[in-house]
Amino acid sequence: MAEKKSRTKRRFREEPGDRIFRGLTLGTSVFVILLLIGFVLLLLSDSGESIVKFGLGFLTTSDWNPVETEVNKVAFGALPFIFGTVVTSVIALLLATPIALGSALFVSEYAPKWIGQPIAFIIELLVAIPSVAYGLWGLFVLVPFMRNVVDPFLQGTLGKIPVLGLLFAGPPQGQDLLTAGVILAIMIIPTILSLSREIITQVPKLQKEGMLALGATKWEVLSKAVLPFARGGIIGAAMLGLARAIGETMAVTMVIGNSSTKITPSLFTPGYTIASAISNQFTEADTPMYFSAVVELGLVLLLVASLFNVISRILVNNMAKLPGGAKA
Amino acid sequence: MGFLEEVNVKRTLFLVFSLIAVLGISAQPVPGSGMVKGPMGGEATKLTGAGATFPAVLYTKWFSDYVKLTKVEINYQAIGSGGGIKSISDMTVDFGASDGPMTDDQLKAAKGGALLHIPAAMGGVVPTYNLPELAGKANLKFTPDTLAGIYNGDITKWNDPLLVADNPELAAIDKYIAVVHRSDGSGTTNIWTSYLTAVNEKWAKETGAANAVKWPVGLGGKGNEGVAGNVKQTPYTLGYVELAYAKQNKLPVGLVKNSSGNFIAANEDTVSQAAAGVELPADMRVKLVNSSNPKAFPIAGFTWLLAYQTQTDAAKATAVTRMLWWATHDGQAYSSGLDYAPLPVDAIKKAEVLIKSITVAGKPALPASIAK
Repeated sequence: MAEKKSRTKRRFREEPGDRIFRGLTLGTSVFVILLLIGFVLLLLSDSGESIVKFGLGFLTTSDWNPVETEVNKVAFGALPFIFGTVVTSVIALLLATPIALGSALFVSEYAPKWIGQPIAFIIELLVAIPSVAYGLWGLFVLVPFMRNVVDPFLQGTLGKIPVLGLLFAGPPQGQDLLTAGVILAIMIIPTILSLSREIITQVPKLQKEGMLALGATKWEVLSKAVLPFARGGIIGAAMLGLARAIGETMAVTMVIGNSSTKITPSLFTPGYTIASAISNQFTEADTPMYFSAVVELGLVLLLVASLFNVISRILVNNMAKLPGGAKA
Repeated sequence: MGFLEEVNVKRTLFLVFSLIAVLGISAQPVPGSGMVKGPMGGEATKLTGAGATFPAVLYTKWFSDYVKLTKVEINYQAIGSGGGIKSISDMTVDFGASDGPMTDDQLKAAKGGALLHIPAAMGGVVPTYNLPELAGKANLKFTPDTLAGIYNGDITKWNDPLLVADNPELAAIDKYIAVVHRSDGSGTTNIWTSYLTAVNEKWAKETGAANAVKWPVGLGGKGNEGVAGNVKQTPYTLGYVELAYAKQNKLPVGLVKNSSGNFIAANEDTVSQAAAGVELPADMRVKLVNSSNPKAFPIAGFTWLLAYQTQTDAAKATAVTRMLWWATHDGQAYSSGLDYAPLPVDAIKKAEVLIKSITVAGKPALPASIAK
């Protein structure tokens, strides 16, 4: 009610410039929405052939064969790509969030300014490195390191635990889902870090000082005042990082092994993501059906990304409602 | 003193250059070279082309020299063979380029009528490997059976009896073979899989030949550099790359047994031989793998420029046909310096017939001064 009143009030004072500017902003937002609609329509029309032929099977089968031979028919099933995208993004999220959050807390709460600011600056510089550079570094440095050091270590420790060990079964080749997840984690740390730091610094000083005045320790201030306030925002930051991980192409392509032959629980299996499949196959998809299947992959990627987005929205909303939570 | 030195430097340079010129000429002058002499009136001065990445280095060099000669500026975009075929089919470029011959269905879908395949150069694809025990020793020998066996997943170890039969030194290497292939669609893969299809029944039945296939085994590396990177840093791997790439990066390259039973090392000459002395169809849409020429390296193929037989724009038609003539004749001298294999004379003769068949408004598009 109060809001409505203020709005009518404003209208009285409106000048032509205001009206023009409002029109402009309306125009730009409509343009963005139209762009998205046009994008989806194009994807739909170009993938029509494959949607009609394979239907839901496109999402649930795992045979991806562009060449017709005597024994194997042409088939396009995107399951291995969807699996690879989800697994690598989730690994990246699980690895990156604690690290990013930890350093965000250190930089904004513990470190003196003269240390914290340069550290934050350097970490944020990581965003500017092009992903193909990450990919080459991944292929020549990270892959051998994973194969020779990390993978055998994981097999020797976690790999011995029943059930959990299934995640680390098989010979380590270095080019697998885990390595792709690790490189994605490195790539999304700066995103999550800078956003969480921003949110943590937004926590009202009064709230923190109040806690301190009550005799709380630093840890209690962080866990009872800072984190609850920032929780929604931090999850939002993590989800933005996740979005980057889902769409990342070049770096993943270089280290994931690009193999869609099998889906196993082991993280040491070479895999394939939707984005890398598109970048690998788009230029040479020379039959209409193949082309349309690759375009449908783009549509599926959009679906997966929006699904993650919906989940993150729900998470953010629920977290903000929890006791002690404040809207960021 | 300084003057004398300068003269000496000049003389040495002159000697070096004339030596290069002599060597270049002695490497077979292509009859029909030198016909495109300079700019021509009424010719379009801008052409666009798109397609194969494999010959992009050669084309870039060609076109940068061609503009100096004729003032015709050619913008070539290396977007991949599939993209090249799509672009020329939709008539958004003046010529296309592809590493694999177009299928009949693709030809039918071309909007501008009959599309011609003009061979531009030849390339070989070679097996490369990483065996620490054999570093610096003689090259491994592969046969159709061993290569197909490895890529089918039937041969899994380096000391497999089939491999040891030709390479006794492998008997001691009890290691699994890590197979690497291209993850992106490419003409290189097309030549490699065409070869496996030609020599191995199981491969032909289950996997087939294309720019991208469903690989029974192995890891995918993106681009030649992705495959080479994999092979270089992972012990006991086997992969395949273009000959030019393998040479420039000094990768260990295997010999391959050809259809006459000879183990052949890949080089410009043995790759060229794949198209020499063999029956070439008039439309030049031919895969040269497993050549019957006893001197030929068996994993080789043409890369083509694609142009419409019936052109609509007279100025562009003149420019395109003159460029095609220059590329298939004068252009061949550039090949070996850039590690591509030049076209053999038989192939050039067939290309000439194709270029002369291009028409605009019912008349031959190639200027009469060249066509005679």
